Amino acid sequence: MMAIKTEPFVLNIGPVHPSTHGVFRMRATLDGEVIVNLEPVFGYLHRGIEKLAEERTYTGIIPLTDRLDYLASMSNNLAYVLAVEKLAGISIPERAEYLRVIIAELQRIASHLIAVGAFLNDCGAFFTPFLYMFREREKIVDLFEMLSGQRLLYNYMRIGGFTQDIPDEFLPALDKFVKQMPSFIDEYDYLLKENEILLARAKGVGILPKELAINISASGPVLRASGVKWDIRKVDPYSIYDRFEFDIPTGTAGDCYDRYRVRVEEMRQSLRIIRQAMEQLPAGPIRSEVPHLVRPPAGEAYGHIEAPKGELGFYLVSDNSIAPYRCHIRAPSLLNLTALRDMMIGWKIQDAIIIFGSIDITMGEVDR
Amino acid sequence: MAIVDSAPTALGRLETLPSDWPVGFWSHWGVFTVVIIAFVLLMVMGFIWLERRGMGRMQARLGPNRAGPFGLLQPVADAIKVLLKENITPAQGDKIVHWLAPVVVFAPTLMIFAVVPFSDGALLADLNVGILYVVAISSISALGVFMAGWASSNKYSLVGAMRNIAAVVSYEIPLVVAIASVVLLTGSLSMNDIVLAQHIPFILLQPLGFLIFFISGCAEINRSPFDLMEADSELVAGFHIEYSGMRFAMFYLAEYSEAVIISAIITTLFLGGWRGPVLPPWLWFIVKVFIVFFVMVWTRTTLPRVRIDQLMALAWKFLFPLALINLFITGIELLTWPEALPWVMILVNIAITAVLVLLWSKFFKLGWGRVEV
Repeated sequence: MMAIKTEPFVLNIGPVHPSTHGVFRMRATLDGEVIVNLEPVFGYLHRGIEKLAEERTYTGIIPLTDRLDYLASMSNNLAYVLAVEKLAGISIPERAEYLRVIIAELQRIASHLIAVGAFLNDCGAFFTPFLYMFREREKIVDLFEMLSGQRLLYNYMRIGGFTQDIPDEFLPALDKFVKQMPSFIDEYDYLLKENEILLARAKGVGILPKELAINISASGPVLRASGVKWDIRKVDPYSIYDRFEFDIPTGTAGDCYDRYRVRVEEMRQSLRIIRQAMEQLPAGPIRSEVPHLVRPPAGEAYGHIEAPKGELGFYLVSDNSIAPYRCHIRAPSLLNLTALRDMMIGWKIQDAIIIFGSIDITMGEVDR
Repeated sequence: MAIVDSAPTALGRLETLPSDWPVGFWSHWGVFTVVIIAFVLLMVMGFIWLERRGMGRMQARLGPNRAGPFGLLQPVADAIKVLLKENITPAQGDKIVHWLAPVVVFAPTLMIFAVVPFSDGALLADLNVGILYVVAISSISALGVFMAGWASSNKYSLVGAMRNIAAVVSYEIPLVVAIASVVLLTGSLSMNDIVLAQHIPFILLQPLGFLIFFISGCAEINRSPFDLMEADSELVAGFHIEYSGMRFAMFYLAEYSEAVIISAIITTLFLGGWRGPVLPPWLWFIVKVFIVFFVMVWTRTTLPRVRIDQLMALAWKFLFPLALINLFITGIELLTWPEALPWVMILVNIAITAVLVLLWSKFFKLGWGRVEV
């Protein structure tokens, strides 16, 4: 009797697929349900932001940075203005520094909420955690709307400070949010932390070993879940992060579950930072004297921050004109994604989806 | 036996039943066919409404609320919309099989209702092998699902269909063994006799059997957390990804009428069917069916999805051995204390269930994890 001839088949996951979080394509070779090879295909959302930046004034680039990681626009703004301030040697008022910290940490919570919600949605929890997380994110978006009038692409930070001071109703609303949020995080933990199915699906799945994580220069929660205590806020404190007390949560195994846990713990730490910053927030100006067209001296600067998804860096080269000669963006999503193949091989399609979800990428940042 | 009364034989009632009706057997047949089709369609609409509104409430949103009061007419609006859509057959697909698949999935779901009693003797055909007929007919729809997956010429639908076959074949076994322990109690395969025998709902006498049946039933009809065949975050829609218009509506209808059936059978086997005080029997039946379905909606909004190997492991390593043990224990109980008080038996069985489930989940590992390639 002749044996049945079997062969692996190729499944295109994406570019349009509910779980690719944008337009990303994975060309997976499957043996039954098991992934034997995987080829990530990038570039569907390429808009040439780095090249566009060379044609704009330094202030005019800020709206472009909004469109990188559109789920954490404020963090992108912050990384960019820090780089320009470093390049031009601009110092900013105390009040602006504190507000930047508050806003960056709020943005981290908002981004992690989506990351956790989308991850659980990929696990198959039918939109419930996703919508609950969105309910909390909505409050942060409302806060940002008070500041900038926008709800997604804020374009709020400026070189040397902010566009305008915070409105009067901002601090009471922020206070209310900071008081409410811990109980919500506890509630989600109560529902999900020990969920049997979630443990079975995410524990030990998609392990990113410590050495590999360092070698691919992963950063952010992906790196910390692999057990590396690396956070730009601690190892190279920018802004005024050295004035606050907070811990860096790390995982041990580097699996999907650890990445999820690290994000939840980071939300708690962010709330801690916001609470301290609110207590210390001084009065005063929110913007230093900066010329309308910034002309930094010729040279180069690299400004980096701990964005929600990892180390977000802007490398700017100035030729003493009103536009940068070169603007390079170190996008954490792209670098974290480079380990995708190593993490996915040998797992099943369902695991591949949650591994991809647990890395937490935004395609706007990957393709730029 | 104390707990089970001696119900009249199914055959005896079949002869007497049509005489209650003006024109005899054929009018009974005609009336019940119409009643069943109307019942299934109305229940499906009710289920869709309950699921969407219930999920809306559980997910901190409103759910459909535009069409009719409380969005009650939303299923009607959906049906009208979907009927006006174009039917698309994939160019590379097998046209005939693609056309036939929704029918093969939907038709058995109507057929099963022939043996489900709405009231004492109020059923289309009181087959003396009723529950066996249910098991046999419900397996047919798996064939239709595979036809759909194959004929669509789409890799996602093929993977979904293969998952469906694997799940249905595996979960049929604990399902049948759980039914067998109920049949041991009643001594009859007729659905009507099973209801008549339940002075105490069998959920109390057979708690483990109920759990196994409920879980296997959810897996059979692709309800969460076992909805791997149409996993929207992985396979987009699974086997019906290439269906549109009326044919998609047939799958949608079949999905919910399967939910109606599993709820109706759980009601009949474990919750005392149409039995209940004050309210008329048919109303009790509908209320119980809705309660069972509500639990399914609840699990769907609460739980993440399991993986395919975990699905298989749950069937073969957890449910199947427990179902066999349950059958064994039920047999021993019926042999050794045929005159035992039902309340003693309830307490003993609940204790056994708790111990078994706890013990088994301790030394049971879900799935296998990574495969070396």
